[in-house]
Amino acid sequence: MSDSINLKVPSKGYKLFKSKSWVVFKEGLWHNNPIFGMMLGLCSTLAVTNLMSNALVMSLSVSIVLIANSLLISMLRKIIPEKVRMIAYMLITSTLVITVDMMLRIFMPQISKALGPYVALIITNCIIMGRAEAYAINNPVAISIVDAFGVGMGYTFSLMIISFFREIIGFGSVFGIKIIPASIQPLSLFTIPPGAFFALGIFILVINTIRNRGKEE
Amino acid sequence: MNLFIILFASIITNNIALTYFLGMCPFVTISKNITVASGMGIAVTWVMTITAIANWTIYHLVLVPLGLDFMQFLVFIVTIATIVQILEIMIDRFSPSLYMAFGIFLPLITVNCAILGISIFMVLRSYTLLQTVLFGFGSGVGWLLAIITMGGLRKWLIFSNPPKNFGDAGITAIIAGLMALGFIGFTGVAGL
Repeated sequence: MSDSINLKVPSKGYKLFKSKSWVVFKEGLWHNNPIFGMMLGLCSTLAVTNLMSNALVMSLSVSIVLIANSLLISMLRKIIPEKVRMIAYMLITSTLVITVDMMLRIFMPQISKALGPYVALIITNCIIMGRAEAYAINNPVAISIVDAFGVGMGYTFSLMIISFFREIIGFGSVFGIKIIPASIQPLSLFTIPPGAFFALGIFILVINTIRNRGKEE
Repeated sequence: MNLFIILFASIITNNIALTYFLGMCPFVTISKNITVASGMGIAVTWVMTITAIANWTIYHLVLVPLGLDFMQFLVFIVTIATIVQILEIMIDRFSPSLYMAFGIFLPLITVNCAILGISIFMVLRSYTLLQTVLFGFGSGVGWLLAIITMGGLRKWLIFSNPPKNFGDAGITAIIAGLMALGFIGFTGVAGL
């Protein structure tokens, strides 16, 4: 091969989009997205999306726990006996969640109070255990982290979109900053629990429409 | 009176599935079949009441006196896993027919966030033992009521022909939203 061809193709970027890590990452972000792909972790999705700041803190907490959990389980995958692996997952996850919960209480007391029990409930979030069981237990450390990062970003992406629409319709603001003039009455249905269900339903409808666009008969 | 309010609120107005969104994963996946849904609901009610009592006892008699209350999440989830395991063995031993009906749901219940949620709410709201029993039982009945209603409503979906792109989960979310509106309508009677 001559050098001129190599110069034209940005080889590094090209390699990145072909690499296994990118495929695994994209899988988690879009095809296996925890919210609209696998329908996991819906409790927290519905509960914390009333305000964007809550949703952001929650999704970052979940992503951190997810990545640390996959890292630890992947490192210990040869040591954990198969029969007690569920208990092992739970102990590791609960330890991580207790740490995150304490950090939030110290550094963001206001948001920690608003999130209430939902930070602790990350322990039983099916996304965490799902990734541990489906990926980290059988795969090397580096690729497990990429997988956890992809799924975590997929979760963040879904939560941010849902909470953006719930906050702007329900409160007329984005991240607490009012952007809709006060003369327009906000539709407070979207701030109460039923609104969370409607927002999720509509979000799934829109995403499925985008995903099935090319597949019409 | 206070006890009655807790019971009523945990069944209807502060329904664990429809206002706190707990136990959503089985709520979406299992509610397709009403028989399976009621089996799961009854198992959840039992486990919820028993684990709430056990966790209240452990929290107030062991963790608080020893100053270990920061360990509550870890201890609660281990207690729940242990109790579920013991229940599974006992039911299998004493009543194989009951095991055939409910046994398959028990392992799933360990990771049902509603169970852990009850124990955490009980600590956050500093309930007494009697209040905890009623709260755990009421929440279980509320979850059972919600999942059976959902199972019944989903059966009629084949006649209503919703947009295909909603998928199973999307239309379930919309139905749950309408149900939640109905349940919240009772807030004037008694709410927490």
